[in-house]
Amino acid sequence: MKDFAATDAIDMLDDLIVCPQCDAVFRLKKPKNGERATCQRCHKALISPRRNAGLHIIAVALAVLFLIIGAAVFPFLTIDAAGNKNAVSILDAALAFAGGPMIFLSLATAALIIFVPLLRVLLTLYVLVPVVLDRPHARHAIVAFRLSEALRPWSMAEIFAIGCAVALVKVSDLAHVGFGPAFWMFGILVVLVIAQDSFMCKWSVWYRLEHPRNS
Amino acid sequence: MGTPVCGRCGHKLASRDPLSLQRVWAFWLMGLICYIPANIYPMLSTQTLFKVDESTIIAGAVELAHHGAFGIAAIILFASVVIPLAKFWAVAYLAISVKNPTGVSNYRRQLLYEVVEYIGRWSMIDIFVVAILSALVQLKTLASINPGPAAIFFALSVIFTMLSAQAFDSRLIWDIQAKEKGRTQ
Repeated sequence: MKDFAATDAIDMLDDLIVCPQCDAVFRLKKPKNGERATCQRCHKALISPRRNAGLHIIAVALAVLFLIIGAAVFPFLTIDAAGNKNAVSILDAALAFAGGPMIFLSLATAALIIFVPLLRVLLTLYVLVPVVLDRPHARHAIVAFRLSEALRPWSMAEIFAIGCAVALVKVSDLAHVGFGPAFWMFGILVVLVIAQDSFMCKWSVWYRLEHPRNS
Repeated sequence: MGTPVCGRCGHKLASRDPLSLQRVWAFWLMGLICYIPANIYPMLSTQTLFKVDESTIIAGAVELAHHGAFGIAAIILFASVVIPLAKFWAVAYLAISVKNPTGVSNYRRQLLYEVVEYIGRWSMIDIFVVAILSALVQLKTLASINPGPAAIFFALSVIFTMLSAQAFDSRLIWDIQAKEKGRTQ
């Protein structure tokens, strides 16, 4: 084994990439836009850059932000049976468990379908806007991005949407159910959230955070 | 170099977390314990004009099938019975397999882990259905739906199994291969 000076070792580290899933080490060769680098051993996508991915993500994130706020406030579903009417918003649905020990469940549901997706969108904007504008990154951007990635599995908007479909079928023979504006907003929201996740290349974001272009 | 935290994101560094498997089993057991009352207690109580009808997860799905909604009954059964049970089995199998080598290839087991991580969240669907129903169906005397105690146990069970799957370090799957190669060389 040859001994490397510490600086050599650090230079070499920049050329290496370790698969976060199976720990295999590869020599780094940045793929072109639209291509993807995958781990040879476990086939995880390591780097998948896209042209203008940052701009796309920001555009989608802004749309998601407004849709979440709209979907949370406007009536979501209305029900009508023999003259009794009821209209609920998503917040009402989340707070349905209020009362007694069920309050925990209320808070968890509200968090999973509204607050976690909302927080992820805000964190994404906070991290990516300076990066895309070629500014030095925002303060604590690194912590923010890490938090946003850690929250990913806890953002369950799309599952809630399927839950709606199931609930509708259950009620439909009991009463007449109508859709409020929030229902359609939420439908679009789900598609956008999935699109946003597929644009995001973690490696590229980390790389940009470490190497701002004009520094 | 030689620092215990990641120079990029500031996360604590450890080649392999020695407590990973312990956390997997701890959350796994909690999830299993919560899953039992989730199936015994009623999930929904439906009040119509004169009677109160309480149904557990499985009874609710069977009732849906009686009404002819087989697709929805299948979704509910799949999300709240098949997925959780398959998940308990899969996580336990993965955790045991990193200690005792099995014939199944690493790539297959990695795939199993990815499926478990991806599909686990979908079990929450039943909780959301209960939430929507109990918020929506509040028609005074005519009909009202309220959540039962099983809802809270079921939510806890899903959360604990998700934590259990996250605690599992997928790199442990590949360590066995590295060790075996080292032995033959």
